[in-house]
Amino acid sequence: MAVLDFLNRMFSRENSNNSKNIAKERLRLVLVHDRSSVSPEIIEALKEDLIRVISNYMEIDERSLEVNLNNEDSSVALVANIPVLGLKRRNVPR
Amino acid sequence: MGEVMVITSGKGGVGKTTTTANIGTGLASLGYKVVLVDTDIGLRNLDVVMGLENRIVYDIVDVTSGQVSYSKALIKDKRFPDGRLNLLPAAQTKDKTAVNQAQMQKLCEDLKKEFDFVLIDCPAGIEQGFKNAIAGAEKAIVVTTPEVSAIRDADRIIGLLEAGGLRNPRLIINRLRPAMVKQGDMMSIEDMVDILAIDVLGVVPEDDTIVISTNKGEPAVLDDNSRAGQAYRNITRRLTGADVPLMNLEVSEGLFDKVRKIFGMGR
Repeated sequence: MAVLDFLNRMFSRENSNNSKNIAKERLRLVLVHDRSSVSPEIIEALKEDLIRVISNYMEIDERSLEVNLNNEDSSVALVANIPVLGLKRRNVPR
Repeated sequence: MGEVMVITSGKGGVGKTTTTANIGTGLASLGYKVVLVDTDIGLRNLDVVMGLENRIVYDIVDVTSGQVSYSKALIKDKRFPDGRLNLLPAAQTKDKTAVNQAQMQKLCEDLKKEFDFVLIDCPAGIEQGFKNAIAGAEKAIVVTTPEVSAIRDADRIIGLLEAGGLRNPRLIINRLRPAMVKQGDMMSIEDMVDILAIDVLGVVPEDDTIVISTNKGEPAVLDDNSRAGQAYRNITRRLTGADVPLMNLEVSEGLFDKVRKIFGMGR
């Protein structure tokens, strides 16, 4: 009994399927989503920055700009939908 | 001027009240004047954990509503004959809306003039009760256990504390089981710090003596033979500025344990 137990432990230690690693991975994903929902002001700030940068290159419809964090199976993606109204002629800022 | 510290967690059942009782009692043992404030209105518990439930006359709502002065409502813990450890109990028959944030701020302002430490035991959740509990606080302690649900809630609470102006809360990891950590079946201290990204104030191992001390209404911090009590004594000293290293939680399997395991008497 004790020997089996010991062997089990020996081999499971290196195993990345340890339940603690599963816990960590699940937490990582859930927290990315939680943290973004805790602070809508961060998304808002990100939006403003995006508008500022993109406006250097093209005209965009600021009002229908959408920025979201999408939580898919095993990853979190930043998805932005930015309608372009037109390109600027001079596209090199500064 | 004393320090107002809120003990919070988000999730219920992770040990906020036990932590408040032990830290408070520990600070009093070091000679500080301490008041514990139970803000869990409707679900009063700090009184029983402290063993002071039979002496309640007035409660926090009587004080915040202005009916009695706080000094009249405070229960002095007789384990400290000079009256340096005090409890302001929660109201049991009212709800969380019986107190508001401005009243809590005023209460904390008053208490910290007299006491070195004002410890606020926060209710579970993130609603009114939580907002009240943190309203007058200057520092925060977040309690978690090494479980996904508790850590997730702790993360949320850390965000809300910072949004509420309580920067740099410190973490207490409660009920850690070193043997499970060693096996890779429980998140380690490093794992949790990595995820939550805050400083650790202390780590309290899972310990049967906590159950016994709660049964008796005597905080484990007063029990020299309690491992959890030792962890709380360390936390207490860290709060007073001492540099105390984290307790050694390495699991050494003694001969007795091995024999017990072989005979299937594992616990």
